[in-house]
Amino acid sequence: MPTSLPYMREKATSFFHWCRRNPVTALGFGIILGLGILGILAPLIAPYDPYALNPRERMQAPSWNHLFGTGIFGEDIFSRVLHGIRIDFGIGIGAVVIGLFTGSTVGIIAGYYGGKIDEIFMRLMDIVAAFPGFILAMAIAGVLGPSIPNLIIAIAFVNVPVYARLSRSRFLVIRNSLYAMAARGVGASDFRILTWHLLPNSLAPIFVQSTLQCGWAILDAAGLSFIGLGVHLPTPEWGVMIGLGVPRIITGQWWISFFPGLAIAVTVMGFNLIGDGLQDLLDPKRR
Amino acid sequence: MIAFITRRLLLLVPVLLGVTVVTFTLTRIIPGNPIDLMVSPLASAETRERIAENAGLNDPLWVQYFRYIGGVTRGDFGDSFVTDQPVLADLTSRFMPTFELTLFAMLLAVILAVPLGIASAVWRGTWIDHVSRLLAVFGVAMPVFWVSLVAIYVFFFLLNWLPAPQGRIGVIITPPATITGLYTVDALLTGDWKALRSSVQSIVLPASVLAFAAMAPLARMTRASMIEALDADYTRAARALGLSERSVVFRHALRNAILPVITMIAIVYGYLLGGVVLVENVFAWPGLGRYVYNAIASSDYPALQGFILYSTTAYVLLFLLVDILYVILDPRVRI
Repeated sequence: MPTSLPYMREKATSFFHWCRRNPVTALGFGIILGLGILGILAPLIAPYDPYALNPRERMQAPSWNHLFGTGIFGEDIFSRVLHGIRIDFGIGIGAVVIGLFTGSTVGIIAGYYGGKIDEIFMRLMDIVAAFPGFILAMAIAGVLGPSIPNLIIAIAFVNVPVYARLSRSRFLVIRNSLYAMAARGVGASDFRILTWHLLPNSLAPIFVQSTLQCGWAILDAAGLSFIGLGVHLPTPEWGVMIGLGVPRIITGQWWISFFPGLAIAVTVMGFNLIGDGLQDLLDPKRR
Repeated sequence: MIAFITRRLLLLVPVLLGVTVVTFTLTRIIPGNPIDLMVSPLASAETRERIAENAGLNDPLWVQYFRYIGGVTRGDFGDSFVTDQPVLADLTSRFMPTFELTLFAMLLAVILAVPLGIASAVWRGTWIDHVSRLLAVFGVAMPVFWVSLVAIYVFFFLLNWLPAPQGRIGVIITPPATITGLYTVDALLTGDWKALRSSVQSIVLPASVLAFAAMAPLARMTRASMIEALDADYTRAARALGLSERSVVFRHALRNAILPVITMIAIVYGYLLGGVVLVENVFAWPGLGRYVYNAIASSDYPALQGFILYSTTAYVLLFLLVDILYVILDPRVRI
């Protein structure tokens, strides 16, 4: 499985050619890029203030004035969904970056030093992984109290073992590679070998995993917020917005929950399509 | 075999001890003083102090931890601050509803996903493969609680085929006599048709929604595993011997491909344990998910600790079961 960065770079040059052959993955890239741009431009293109309440226009069905309708306080759902991109992308990417950083550090140290350190670190990871993921995240978020940073920490923590195991297994493979031995031979320090030679070579599979994890992180964040353990009102987070519509579903105001949920589904699908596509790219056997 | 199971059970001890350390530590950093939950806000400082002393909240943390562990090994998870009942009794009484829901969801998911996975491996690259991939992509991406709401809107509000969320059974229907604790099965066994109808109507939506979420990874795993088995030498040998395609696929390839699928079922079950918390909340299902939701909302430490320990133990035991199944199904693993 060729997974070095030069290999990826070579692949990137034929990116457009490749997009034509992998329309599904390209679609994933398109979705995430498009949503990212919409999120950045949200304050410019959102027709209403996402925090503005307008009691006179409560619970109106979608129309040209309010593309996605209005919520129980008369808030414009379209504007809130647009602003939600910033929040949900922020939580998802934040959780993945923190989880990735912590997990790979653990995995790299365990894989590089081996022996007792390896044993202790990996048994600790086993314990964290023994919990059903969402339930552990729920417990941590519940304990720390509902806020965006706590939500990010909870989700990141749950994913630490994933990255630790992945980076460790990559490391065991490349630790004894010729180039690592050569670096050791010319007297490079542990730290230099780790950061300069081994890290770049174990990045690709970890990167693929983190794209997939972004989707999961956003789903978990929305789920936690939905049951009141994450982001709070009036922040325009998608999970919270879906939660607001729960009592209105049986009376027929579907749009309050529908559009924020659609946004989650499209986002997660985008990340998953990219992740799946990259996995196929790195591992031709999967095709 | 006995030796193997004993060894695996012993290996669980350090993991579960680690789990108790985590749950104990977690619930000790909850903001908010538990004393406030146990006594009336009008109680005097002395009363508060006396109750804290009695509850052992003034002891050093490690003493509290060992007391906790001592209790847990005797089945004493402490009393819930909110319901005033022993947590273990609370959890046990809420286990069956959750078990019923996840059991039906899992059965439905396996019945649909495994044949779909097999079909898309056998007819790789055809429309059925594409449909299965598309379904998998959607199934993983859609939040379960959102699918629940959409399903309620369609099947209750628009079509009126199913009742609004009402828990396990209609409000005016008497639950069937308890035999297994599963309403649907009990109603069937006692021939209580009214209860059967109502409980089936109640469980259809939540179970289908969970099954939809669980299907995607199962179908993908079955497909990947089947493709590997179909490309293997023994499959080629079976074909070369002139066996029928049916026999090649089901008797040779599938038998070898099913092991990773079993592991996936266990993993997906863990994922369902999380999803069920969300789905139970939407459908007012009186199970473990709702219980823990209320526990968190009211900083009910012992209930939260108990639930996490309970569900994690169940999860870990499930994986033990999978390991044992592996030994039974795959002679190569035998030691």
